[in-house]
Amino acid sequence: MPKTILFIEDESALQKTVGEIIRKEGYDMISALDGELGMTLAKEKRPDLIMLDLVLPKKDGFEVLKSLKQNEWTKKIPVVVVTNLGKMENMDKAIELGATAYLVKSDYTLKEIIDKVKTIIEGVAQ
Amino acid sequence: MNNNSANTFSSQLNIVGQCKKYGVPLWQCPQFLFLLMGIIIIITSIAFYLIGIKFIEDPELIVFIVLMLTVFLLAISFVIMQSFERLAEANRLKSEFVNIVSHQIRSPLTNLKWIVELLMSGILGKIDEKQIEYFKILKENLERMQELVSELLTVSRIEATKLVFKKEEFSMENLVRDLVAEFKPIAKSSNIKINLDLEKNTPKVFSDPFQILQVIENLLYNAIRYMNFATDSDQDKEREINIKLYHKNGFIFFEIKDNGIGIPKEDQKYIFQKFFRAENVRRYQTNGSGLGLYISKNIIERSKGKIGFTSQEGKGTTFWFKIPVFQK
Repeated sequence: MPKTILFIEDESALQKTVGEIIRKEGYDMISALDGELGMTLAKEKRPDLIMLDLVLPKKDGFEVLKSLKQNEWTKKIPVVVVTNLGKMENMDKAIELGATAYLVKSDYTLKEIIDKVKTIIEGVAQ
Repeated sequence: MNNNSANTFSSQLNIVGQCKKYGVPLWQCPQFLFLLMGIIIIITSIAFYLIGIKFIEDPELIVFIVLMLTVFLLAISFVIMQSFERLAEANRLKSEFVNIVSHQIRSPLTNLKWIVELLMSGILGKIDEKQIEYFKILKENLERMQELVSELLTVSRIEATKLVFKKEEFSMENLVRDLVAEFKPIAKSSNIKINLDLEKNTPKVFSDPFQILQVIENLLYNAIRYMNFATDSDQDKEREINIKLYHKNGFIFFEIKDNGIGIPKEDQKYIFQKFFRAENVRRYQTNGSGLGLYISKNIIERSKGKIGFTSQEGKGTTFWFKIPVFQK
């Protein structure tokens, strides 16, 4: 069964673009356009990895991250923060809350992001 | 509503907080000066009254005149203070505006860039050479906009004095070594040799390593970028960047020397200005926002250091900065 990635991101353009590549790489992708839905889907589907934006409607990324790490079922799932917020304090906060990686969108190409995600998801399996 | 007005009232009373908002020291802050004036006026009025009842027949009249005058003066200064506030607010809004706009532009830009990458990757179907060429141009332009937006953000933070400095003790030696190692592949692909001359065991400095890293990155990036133009004119010139780090008179000096196109004499005095770009640079390349050195200068000055350069057009440029050694 292919591994599943949950992408919590409110920009549907990005959902589409990233989904296209992730599926090409042989993974399944579930989309959530807001934080609340993201949290629900994380608990329901138990993905192998979560890509999380920080600026989100309904429940922001930091809150989602916090709830994910507090929940018995979801706390082991690696979370990769993919965001436009480049400030150091945000990065420190996210890592402190338990994010596995913190990627600033403008610093990476799409391929680099996907490669990072792949390394993490495959690393966990071993 | 009530709650709200109570809040604004209490924030009006918080003078230190208000002054921080404007980014001026206490002794220049209108709210503080206004309060100081009020206290002085009250004290003088009381003093006048006390002197008055001792020596003068009708002290009440004098006190009344003095009070009327001070009330009048107070009213004038209040108006002055209000207009200062309005000016400061306008300035603050301007920076905030740049900040918000830049943030808003960021997300659609990332979307566009990634979509172009997806199209270029060929995953969605084959594309021919000619199309790839134009996708590349599209992508380069998007990257340029991204760079500009992030620099605008830094500038708005500098001007709102919100550029957060997380100061700590750190070694410049390691910082420079790591960064240069990171840049080596880029330099190599442009046929540029980077020579490092780091003094051993230089003392530590006290600043924000992340910001200092930005400065060095900027200088290094400039050196590589502006050396690239030299290619067309003289192919065989050995392209080199020499980086030096040393300790002298209580300062750590960082020096970066290139043998690139140099800065024209008439442009040299403007080089640290916002949005300025040297004439010969513009001729070769449209890239660059003209904000990098402005930002760098601000960062170095905030670290109580100094930044400068020497340059000769056609020969090369040496940029240097110094920041004080950490005193225990």
